[in-house]
Amino acid sequence: MNWMNAKLQELVGWVDERFPLLESYRYHASRYYAPKNFNFWYFFGSLALLVLVLQIVTGIFLTMHFKPDASLNASGVPVAFASVEYIMRDVPWGWLIRYMHSTGASAFFIVVYLHMFRGMLYGSYRKPRELLWLIGMAIFLCLMGEAFFGYLLPWGQMSFWGAQVIVNLFSAIPFVGPDLSIWIRGDYVVSDATLNRFFAFHVIAIPLLLCGLVFIHMVALHAVGSNNPDGIEIKKNKGPDGIPLDGVAFHPYYTVKDIMGAVGFMIVFALVVFFAPEMGGYFLEYNNFIPANPLQTPPHIAPVWYFTPYYSILRAVTYPLFGIDAKFWGVVAMGASTLIIALLPWLDRSPVKSIRYKGPIFKTLLSIWVFAFVILGFLGTKPPAYAFFGLIPGPPVAQILSVYYFLFFLTMPVWSKIDKCKPVPERVTSK
Amino acid sequence: MRKLLTALLWLPLLAFAGELHLDKAPDKSGDKAALQHGAQLFINYCLNCHSASYMRYNRLQELGLSEQQIKDNLLFTAGKTGEPMRIAMQREDAKTWFGAAPPDLTIIARAKASEEGSGADWLYTYLRTFYRDESRPTGWNNIAFPTVAMPHVLWQLQGARPLTVEEVRQVSDPTDASRVVGYEKVVTTYDISGAKSGQTEKLEGMDHHAETEYHWGETKGGKLDAHDYDVAVADLVGFLKYMSEPVSSYRKHLGWIVLIVLAVLFVFSYALKREFWKDVH
Repeated sequence: MNWMNAKLQELVGWVDERFPLLESYRYHASRYYAPKNFNFWYFFGSLALLVLVLQIVTGIFLTMHFKPDASLNASGVPVAFASVEYIMRDVPWGWLIRYMHSTGASAFFIVVYLHMFRGMLYGSYRKPRELLWLIGMAIFLCLMGEAFFGYLLPWGQMSFWGAQVIVNLFSAIPFVGPDLSIWIRGDYVVSDATLNRFFAFHVIAIPLLLCGLVFIHMVALHAVGSNNPDGIEIKKNKGPDGIPLDGVAFHPYYTVKDIMGAVGFMIVFALVVFFAPEMGGYFLEYNNFIPANPLQTPPHIAPVWYFTPYYSILRAVTYPLFGIDAKFWGVVAMGASTLIIALLPWLDRSPVKSIRYKGPIFKTLLSIWVFAFVILGFLGTKPPAYAFFGLIPGPPVAQILSVYYFLFFLTMPVWSKIDKCKPVPERVTSK
Repeated sequence: MRKLLTALLWLPLLAFAGELHLDKAPDKSGDKAALQHGAQLFINYCLNCHSASYMRYNRLQELGLSEQQIKDNLLFTAGKTGEPMRIAMQREDAKTWFGAAPPDLTIIARAKASEEGSGADWLYTYLRTFYRDESRPTGWNNIAFPTVAMPHVLWQLQGARPLTVEEVRQVSDPTDASRVVGYEKVVTTYDISGAKSGQTEKLEGMDHHAETEYHWGETKGGKLDAHDYDVAVADLVGFLKYMSEPVSSYRKHLGWIVLIVLAVLFVFSYALKREFWKDVH
């Protein structure tokens, strides 16, 4: 045993002379001090990393059997669609890998939405973490692209028509729009060319970008240090040894805690994968079990649940402006609804960071914003003619909530300043 | 006595009224005899126009059939049991003959699910709501799938029966379609040979709402009685459901094992976390 230890030390020493191994390990793990008062919300960062790894690993195995080919096989089924069913039926454990990947896509958004909401709750975007927030937003945009490109691959009816609708949105841009959408598709309609390029984007281009961004997200995090539920900088109170008094070493404290969180997540994940992989048509849409048919438009086209809040905002814009089609302004509104989140560091003028010390205005308006986001998401899964209980028509509700969605951000510089905040304690509290 | 029983068996069908709701398909998962019967019906009645091109014959061994049994009783068009359930009919021909190529049925039970019910419910309702309609090219029409291109393939089993549709509908102002001025009741009868007759009657007052009721008449000419026909369709739908995801019962079974393992792991990971964190205050 002693001999083994000595040999191991020797090896580490050998590497260390040529690569900053120990230094990196200490900087990012054993001597990275994170606030000791992380609560439930702080699991979702490490869980997002877990899901990223899960998607990459299951994705690699799916790529071994998936065929991005829209031509029809002998039975008249598109090869891509048939290859997914081949994975589900004939590839040993293919069904499990595929369900993990399809459930993982939705899980990724759940985890990332909660991770971002944590940032809103505790002001994690505030100085000095503005850049960290922007990198996070870039990750979010990549994730949306990754999900969109991936959704076309099974080549079902929803895959096809969803892509058709979204790519057509670009044609609403004045002058260049129509040519732009043809350039994106590589054809006049979504076709084999589109399927192949989306496959390329989904399996290599965007994942590379995602991994790079996730890496610099963590570099930026470890440079500025983690925020915490009290919104206090722990680096302000250091002990004589230079270690923050309210900090604990990431390893082993948060590694063991995050392992627990990961197992908890896996339990919920397994419940879906093994007992409800379709999740009532939300994770795997029923229409997507029908092969893509360019000649038959489904009666109702809706994006997957994680895009529906923005889709609702897109549909809510029905007035043409400056002589340009309403559709274009809908696209602008949809784009703005995701990008405006990136401006939070400069919109929030509150003297405190955390919701714990923010006043009633913030708490009320944020609650309504969450409500608006959820209802917009719900309406986005429904046909435009949907009415609540058959009585309250959906479109005006979506319009009011869309306006609120933007007003929440745009008026934030005003109300965040006048809100009655509570005094912030010197040291972190353990609740 | 026997007549009374037959009449009683008819009751549920006669009571089949109101807005089309999907009848719940009986759960046949795990009932190997029923699924074998369903497979037999599928291969005899469906697998001539419809393919099941993702399903291999030898997978039927999961239903308790031996390779030899499959070869002797179920393999009509394919050479080897490892082949998928393909058909000889050309899609181009099918398009000409039916107007649309019959869809592949391997995962139809998943594709037909909706907010109204599972795909099995839809299929169970669909296969039991055919009626004769001489205005259709095939002579058949369907309540769950109006103007369907498929004829009633199981008619030799079920027979034919007359249908009366009672529809109460809004009458709107001819100049303003959004203004409802009254209600009318349209009664349409399709007799056993599909001849259509009907009458429209104006309803007094505004105290009505739009609805459709279906009343079935007495069946003639089927090999099976109403109860046995329902059982046969239930078995067939049970097989279609099994075929749409053969792994589903194993998936759930495995799910429990995975959950138990994860639960144990969670206890240990929680204990580990507590042990490390006990000195943090």
